[in-house]
Amino acid sequence: MGLYLLKRALYTLPMLLGVLTLVFVLVRIVPGDPAIVIMGDNATAQALAELRTRLGLDLPIWRQYIVFMGDVLTGDLGRSLVTNRPVLADVAAVLPYTIELTVTSLALGIVTGVPLGILAARKRDGVLDWVARLVSLAGLSFPAFISAILLLLFFSIQLGWFPVLSRAYPLDEPVERLKSLALPAINLGLIMMAYITRVTRSSMLKALSEDYMRTARAKGVPGFYVIWRHGFRNVLIPVITVIGLYFGVLMGNSVLTEIVFNRPGLGKLIISALDKRDYTMLQGLMVIYAFIIAIVNLATDLAYGFVDPRVKAK
Amino acid sequence: MNAAQSAPGALPALAVEGLTASLRLGGTWYDAVRDVSFQIAEGETLALVGESGCGKSLTAMAIMGLLPDKIGRMSAGTVTAGERRISGLTEKQMEKIRGDAVGMIFQEPMSSLNPVLRVGFQIAESLIYHRDMSRRAASKRALELMELVRIPAAAQRFRAYPHEFSGGMRQRVMIALALACSPRVLIADEPTTALDVTVQAQVLDLLRGLQDEHGLGILLITHNLGVVASNAQRVMVMYGGDVVESAPVGAFFANPQHPYSAALMSAMPRVDRATEDLNPIPGQVPSLQEMPAGCRYQGRCPLRVAKCAERPPLVAVSEGPHHLARCWVKAPPPGEGA
Repeated sequence: MGLYLLKRALYTLPMLLGVLTLVFVLVRIVPGDPAIVIMGDNATAQALAELRTRLGLDLPIWRQYIVFMGDVLTGDLGRSLVTNRPVLADVAAVLPYTIELTVTSLALGIVTGVPLGILAARKRDGVLDWVARLVSLAGLSFPAFISAILLLLFFSIQLGWFPVLSRAYPLDEPVERLKSLALPAINLGLIMMAYITRVTRSSMLKALSEDYMRTARAKGVPGFYVIWRHGFRNVLIPVITVIGLYFGVLMGNSVLTEIVFNRPGLGKLIISALDKRDYTMLQGLMVIYAFIIAIVNLATDLAYGFVDPRVKAK
Repeated sequence: MNAAQSAPGALPALAVEGLTASLRLGGTWYDAVRDVSFQIAEGETLALVGESGCGKSLTAMAIMGLLPDKIGRMSAGTVTAGERRISGLTEKQMEKIRGDAVGMIFQEPMSSLNPVLRVGFQIAESLIYHRDMSRRAASKRALELMELVRIPAAAQRFRAYPHEFSGGMRQRVMIALALACSPRVLIADEPTTALDVTVQAQVLDLLRGLQDEHGLGILLITHNLGVVASNAQRVMVMYGGDVVESAPVGAFFANPQHPYSAALMSAMPRVDRATEDLNPIPGQVPSLQEMPAGCRYQGRCPLRVAKCAERPPLVAVSEGPHHLARCWVKAPPPGEGA
């Protein structure tokens, strides 16, 4: 297990290097001179040249690449062009909110989607199966910002249970913080539930027709254990794949959710950076997102090793 | 009564009486297994033969109460294991019977074991449910079972997963888990079909040895007549869900009565015969919807007569004791010439 862990972690490195290179290239091929964007059209040629020197833009492209990689790998993502604060500090300030949102909604999606999918598969074409299929279809078809607005209209405006607008509540206001987390997490959780219910249901249906399930029944394993010990362990493998894959979707939807609910987080940061053409901030955020996805992929691989003994053998 | 081997008065290990199993196709129920009756004495092997789709496995599944939900049901008949009647029970009650009174092994050792559970646990599991054993006690017994089925280095392989085993070793694991609770009957559904010939012989040897030691009754489902000849005491041939012939092995091979049995025999390759002389049976088993009334083999039968439009009864042939066939021509009921 230790060796497997190390191997997977090493595989992550080339991927990260690739993504960092891609970010570097993307930012460089965007049309327009960053110096002019920053200083405006009226800047003098001398001021522009000074700025280029300060940003390192006068260096040949390969030196820029080395400097960029060196900075990123030493944890220096530069300073915001707008606020002049270190990018990493701005990210660190809001990262807990994004993590809190994505982890809560992922957990919601798992604890609702997995049992729903399994029960639906057990009673195929029963009432619960139809409910599960309808719910997951709805979850997959509704854009996150529409469902967010509907949730707001109903729970915040009609019922008044949750605040309409959120803000950055510190940890010493736990009730307020939880209240402002509830609706955004439910919004994203429903989407994750939709994905997870679907894949759990179809994997369980497949598992139910497997020979080893028949063996389990033939040796007298009670129905509950046939499903949860023999079936579920196998169903976990595709479910983990989907969770890993759709974590990216979750991150994307968290941007929309943060905007609608006015929550602090990476999503809001990236939108405002786009708005203000804050190139260093954008570049830094792309790096952060790449790291998050890489970590999730690594976690997915490790989870495989945990549930599927055949993975370790390879 | 065919229980020739059992002591007088002893209960058969498994008795099946008038078993009829139906499948639902397109909203209509069809009898896919009709009125099957047999008994297996302790220590006896009854072979059930026939080509694919003739109802062998379905018979086994009906006995085990494992017919597929909603599209399969046992519509008539009784099954008795020892003195316990095991048909017509609820699923909860059947759970207590399966793996305890009756064990079963399957054709595909590759896919019949759960890939994510340790082999030792899969063997120990039925002991935990049926014998209320602690995990530790069940594991200890499972290890003994692995040694019993002659898995080398059992202690080291106890915690291994099925993918670390070869096909033959997996089938040994299957046998160990089927026999964990010492059932009196083992249903072996094509236990060696998926194995290499040498491994096949080893697994069959093992089964025979265990049978002698424990007085196990075995229902051996196979389409390999060679396996029948060397392993079974009696044969039952099925065609289209009907038992068409039932005989002691010697009498069966010396003198097959039903035209289908005879055809099976001449379709089998033999060393003393050139392969050009193989006679495959023309046509195939009709589907359930197209099954003819009367004798189900009539469409492919060279001996067909007008009477075949009626269903022949399974009656004793004049050739010997305990030899039954279902054919108007070869086994006319007393008083009715063909």
